[in-house]
Amino acid sequence: MGKAKIWSILFLMVPVLGVGLFMAAPALRMWLPTDVSEHGHTIDHLFVFIMYLTGAVFVATELALVWYLWKYDANSNTQPAKFTHGSHSLEVVWTILPAATLLFIAIYQINAWADQKLARRAPMASVGPDGQAGTADDVPKAPLAEVTGRQFEWRIRYPGPDGILHTRDDLTDVNDLHIPVDEEIVLVIKSEDVLHSFFLPNFRVKQDVVPGMRQKVWFKAVKGSEGRSYDLVCAELCGWGHYKMKGRITVDTQSDYRAWLDKLSFEQHRTSEPPPPTDEE
Amino acid sequence: MSSHAIGDHGHGHAAHGADGHADHGHATSFISKYVFSKDHKIIGIQFLFSTLLWFIVGGLLALGIRWQLAYPWSKLPILGDMLFSGEAGQMSPEFYTALFTMHATVMIFLVIIPILAGAFGNFLIPLMIGADDMAFPTLNMLSYWFMWPAFVCFGMTFVSAGHGAAAGWTSYPPLSVIESAAPGSHMAQTWWLLGVTMVGISSMLGSVNYMTTIIQMRAPGMTMFRLPMTIWAMFITAILQAFALPVLTAAGFMQLTDRLWDTGFFVAEAATANNAAEMSGGGQPLLWQHLFWFYSHPAVYIMILPAMGMVSDILACFARKPLFGYKPMVYSISGIAGLGFIVWGHHMFVSGMNPVLGVTFMLATMMIALPSAIKVFNWLGTIWGGKIQFTTPMLFALSFVSMFIIGGLSGIFMAATPVDIFIHDTYFIVAHFHYVLFSGTAMAVMGAIYFWFPKMFGRMMNDGWGKVHFFFTFVFLNGTFYPMHLLGMVGFPRRLADPYHYETFAHLLPMNQFMTWCAIGMVSTQIIFAVNFFYSMFYGPKAGRNPWHANGLEWCAPSPPGHGNFDFQPIVHRGPYEYGSPETDEDYYPQWEPPKNGNDEGSVSTPH
Repeated sequence: MGKAKIWSILFLMVPVLGVGLFMAAPALRMWLPTDVSEHGHTIDHLFVFIMYLTGAVFVATELALVWYLWKYDANSNTQPAKFTHGSHSLEVVWTILPAATLLFIAIYQINAWADQKLARRAPMASVGPDGQAGTADDVPKAPLAEVTGRQFEWRIRYPGPDGILHTRDDLTDVNDLHIPVDEEIVLVIKSEDVLHSFFLPNFRVKQDVVPGMRQKVWFKAVKGSEGRSYDLVCAELCGWGHYKMKGRITVDTQSDYRAWLDKLSFEQHRTSEPPPPTDEE
Repeated sequence: MSSHAIGDHGHGHAAHGADGHADHGHATSFISKYVFSKDHKIIGIQFLFSTLLWFIVGGLLALGIRWQLAYPWSKLPILGDMLFSGEAGQMSPEFYTALFTMHATVMIFLVIIPILAGAFGNFLIPLMIGADDMAFPTLNMLSYWFMWPAFVCFGMTFVSAGHGAAAGWTSYPPLSVIESAAPGSHMAQTWWLLGVTMVGISSMLGSVNYMTTIIQMRAPGMTMFRLPMTIWAMFITAILQAFALPVLTAAGFMQLTDRLWDTGFFVAEAATANNAAEMSGGGQPLLWQHLFWFYSHPAVYIMILPAMGMVSDILACFARKPLFGYKPMVYSISGIAGLGFIVWGHHMFVSGMNPVLGVTFMLATMMIALPSAIKVFNWLGTIWGGKIQFTTPMLFALSFVSMFIIGGLSGIFMAATPVDIFIHDTYFIVAHFHYVLFSGTAMAVMGAIYFWFPKMFGRMMNDGWGKVHFFFTFVFLNGTFYPMHLLGMVGFPRRLADPYHYETFAHLLPMNQFMTWCAIGMVSTQIIFAVNFFYSMFYGPKAGRNPWHANGLEWCAPSPPGHGNFDFQPIVHRGPYEYGSPETDEDYYPQWEPPKNGNDEGSVSTPH
């Protein structure tokens, strides 16, 4: 075995170990974290779909590379080098095939994007209960809570019994977000100082929060996730304490969720002193 | 191979003999020859040494990051006692933030961009097109000397009071603008912005020069479609720089005035942080992101296209075969450059930018994967059916192809907008761009150093030690960067000084420790390279003009070339990749060699 074969084997290790490590990943607990959202499976499906597709291209191209290195090693290849400047038909093939594939991926994933980032924008904007779009679905879903990022914590504000944010009966909390299970959740997210990013790994939700903007995210915790809590991560650099801007999101049953709100209400409104009417903090 | 026809001196402006350079002034003193030199080769080598020095700095900064991720809040080896004597040698989170900010800044602005365009662009362009120097030698000298204010500015971010620049290399406002948001960044962030401006001026001066030189100074017979891929890539890169950089420079000034005089271009109404007085604001943080990425996405291609060009040249040379699909390769890099201007928004899918706009950027981004794919297929076609010589430069070039496949394919994940929701700002992205920029570009640069070292210094680098260097770098880089994909799949976020207190990420510590030791191995391996480099410079075997039996014009000049480069007027008779041509008995057919069958295809009569 010539020295050159050693290099072919080294390059062979790339697809072998590359695929091997991905196959071992679930056992190493290095896979997509548990998904407890209703929409998350479409994202995971797309991820896995692209992984298989790119994985096939990866293996094919890397093996072609290794095979050519093995076969056309100058020390063992007795044939003269092929004097060719290219092939028009090959170029056409390997232009059209990837183009079609990429276009397919592009179209295939648009709906998932629209569902997660666009679906609520139009109905929230203007169409009321009697608007032209007129169906019950178009009624804006009131936000469950408002989450405000600030260095280095997540401030959470529930609208309280009147269902309206920034009124006297609002309930507030820090870094501890509770949501009811099996119900579509809409959150208003905003920032008080710099950029942050509202990242719920287990819900496949990520949205940067930008000072000056009020944005909405929505998701639904599936049945079976109640009684558990998950990480709320800041995913956009927000200063020296970025790493510790950690919150938790807890999925409750409807009754536990009520109890949680009652507990907050008792703690915050038991005195005759009303809470400040605005959100000055 | 040393039979050089003495060319016809009557052709065009490039036809200077070695004596015709009074206009550039013969280098008489050490200062004018090696310091304030106007000779493109010296300037290129100045860029090379400066950027390699900064490469060491950037690498050590990376090790600091890796140390914290492997052994969070433990004593930082060597520097810990000096920097953090009050905290038992443990690094502060502010320091960690400055580490990754400056690692990226140094690697991008002071290493990759200037080593490609500044070092190799300068050194190779005139030699490969058969010119005696750049079109504007003084401008060229200035482009190097504008790097020094940048070095000083970036250096000042380390030593100015406080904790250094701490807003990431992307310098997103408001963190970068509101001083109270990043206490301790004080002057450092301002120095950082000035540094970026200086680097921009340097690049701009270079790009104007490269474009002019490539268009105007080609030797007789060197048509555009006889240019080596390296030159095509440098040409397209120069165009990218010329059109994208002004935007960054302007945006940088706007951020500077925001920071110094509260102009509020990039901060919202009543912006504040840490209970500081409110700024008047009235701007938009997202505006900076648009302007920044309008430059910095094309910059990604500025950081890869020249590497692709050099790899194409090296592959063809050591496969002893013409480059497969030369014109498709040229069209591909042109396509990448064109599309490169309309994909910047894929950095902003979850930024708060209009999601409908995100769809547009997604489509363009998917399409930009196409020319990259075409290039990979053509590289594979190039080595197919060749007679492959496994020299050190060839190994680095092959590893570029192998690794670029990984970096290219992982890009498709993040181009898919719903997937990007999850992997944005995770280590999946970190894996992606390190595969492109380190495993791709940096490896190509090392291959290019081994390849053109004989032309630069007239001596060969040691091939055996080169292979040792290659082997360990290749193994360790994969050990460092490949597991980042897995971390990213878990959602492991970037830029966190201590991610392990999150339940989701707590179990990822052992993998990070493994990666850190690979990174330490990778940096240590570069000592082999450094020793080989400096030893070979003085004691390596003499190279001769064309040690690799290559076809490009640079190989007909003496090694190293004297002032004015060529001791005869090179005339170009054919393309740069005629290896194994049936017209000649040798397995290469240099561009300058007169046709052996007497058929000249009329090349000399068309100087440009």
